[in-house]
Amino acid sequence: MPDTLLYAIEVSLNGLMAGIMYALVALGFVLIFKASGIFNYAQGVLALFAALTLVGLQQGQIPFAHVINASFGTDLHHFGWTLPAVVAIALTAVVMVGLAWAIERIVLQHLVNQAPIILFMATIGLAYFLEGLGDVMWGADIKKLDVGLPQGINETIDAVTFNAFGYGFFIDNLDIIAAFVAGVLVLALTLFSQYTKYGRALRAVADDHQAALSVGISLRFIWVLVWSIAGFVALVAGIMWGSKSGVQFSLSLIALKALPVLMLGGFTSIPGAIVGGLIIGMGEKLFEFFAGPLIGGATENWFAYVLALLFLVFRPQGLFGEKIIERV
Amino acid sequence: MSAEGYTTADGRKIGGVLMEMKNITLRFGGVKAITDISFDIREGEIRAIIGPNGAGKSSMLNVISGFYVPQEGEVWFRGQKRAPMRPYEVARQGIARTFQNIALFEGMTVLDNIMTGRLTLMESGLAAQSLWWGKAQREEVAHREKVEKIIDFLEIQPIRKTPVGRLPYGLKKRVELARALAAEPKLLLLDEPMAGMNVEEKEDMCRFILDVNDEFGTTIALIEHDMGVVMDLSDRVVVMDYGKKIGDGPPDEVRSNPDVIRAYLGVEHA
Repeated sequence: MPDTLLYAIEVSLNGLMAGIMYALVALGFVLIFKASGIFNYAQGVLALFAALTLVGLQQGQIPFAHVINASFGTDLHHFGWTLPAVVAIALTAVVMVGLAWAIERIVLQHLVNQAPIILFMATIGLAYFLEGLGDVMWGADIKKLDVGLPQGINETIDAVTFNAFGYGFFIDNLDIIAAFVAGVLVLALTLFSQYTKYGRALRAVADDHQAALSVGISLRFIWVLVWSIAGFVALVAGIMWGSKSGVQFSLSLIALKALPVLMLGGFTSIPGAIVGGLIIGMGEKLFEFFAGPLIGGATENWFAYVLALLFLVFRPQGLFGEKIIERV
Repeated sequence: MSAEGYTTADGRKIGGVLMEMKNITLRFGGVKAITDISFDIREGEIRAIIGPNGAGKSSMLNVISGFYVPQEGEVWFRGQKRAPMRPYEVARQGIARTFQNIALFEGMTVLDNIMTGRLTLMESGLAAQSLWWGKAQREEVAHREKVEKIIDFLEIQPIRKTPVGRLPYGLKKRVELARALAAEPKLLLLDEPMAGMNVEEKEDMCRFILDVNDEFGTTIALIEHDMGVVMDLSDRVVVMDYGKKIGDGPPDEVRSNPDVIRAYLGVEHA
């Protein structure tokens, strides 16, 4: 096989893996958008906040240590323990559920029946608030997240491809795990929404609020539930991205990459989020590989958005989204 | 009519008071939608609320089902005064309803739509449901059986896996009735169940309403502006006009009430 083709295959495989990371964030967007029509700008920050909390809990950091020290002249930093990863993840999940509850109580509850743009603005506010809260609680320094996931080149794939083509593919173990986790997550979410009463209630609310009320569904409960699930998805995304590139503010910016993913896949489709993520991930890597050298590189910064823009022109509802036809 | 109830012309036994509306007044800003209306609904009865367009019938139904909260008056249900509550709480008390413009879950199948009607009757918690554990699974199966009975009853077996969005209007109305019935309601509210239907569909719907009342003993309150349909169907009729009650009683009595005739023919309206 010619070298260029081999490189291209390797690049697309890596692109697919990166795409799964985008999809993980997009998934959280879709869940909330489907159930409540809210475009949750804070989804990326939720992932950052979850990752910060996870690191903090795992390393036994004292929350608000800076504030406490500054106010009382103390010198507290750590509780002095290190929690096992599983315990820390479970605790973080609990924190995310609590956060979902608080968001419903403090923000959403007061904005029922408001225009979508108002709710969107509220989530922007929420994003900045959470960003600040994360800083104050856990400190603004870049943190290393290690929950024991294997990282680095997958030797088996490297060896097998080397023997077959004379060129070893570089695939990161972490990416393979991310792909697996994303698959399990989508499967679990699909089963939950298809075969449980809460899943059914969730779909009912997504479809028609008034009808949902009339069969005895509490919208507030559903919103807490859906924000909890989105928080959990954000935690998973936070773990994956955090393990890959450290926990820092830029983590919240991956939310921006999820935007073109949603335009491609459709805002209301869970499979769409995954497929959209894969297309964007692979597309931008391949484009960089082939066209990058010709036009000076750095195409990964904008390719996804241009692709999304093209989609908006020809298929505004995305690949899997619902076509909105209004009768005039 | 005694407190214990009465016997209808066709020999059905009607029980005591299930729901009582006492001096209900509902305002939207300065507009009075309902003015000081009182009436009761008795166990096992088919009770109709009729009136011309804009008479306040739908507002009254929305008060009963908790979508509107009246400024004045009391709502009594099963012998207890009801505190102002949200629609989903009303539904959990055993009051199911349909909507004039049909509010179904368009993207879900007929079966799933009807299953949502049983949400309030399902008991297993979030954890058990998420893990599809023993009780949750048994519950799902049991509820599914009940739903299949309702599907048979309303003769919609062939469409049970069809997404509701693809169904014609008449069938949607029937699915909505099925969903309301699935909740095994103590009181079933029907908002213009015959609106927009052709003659054949209307006859079917009439038959189903009578059968539901007969078979399950369900108390039914319905709204219609088509006088003819209502008179054949109902045991007692409340007539509303411009937010006020202008008649209340058995169909024959109401039909000969001069105020009612005036409201419907629009003669000399004060």
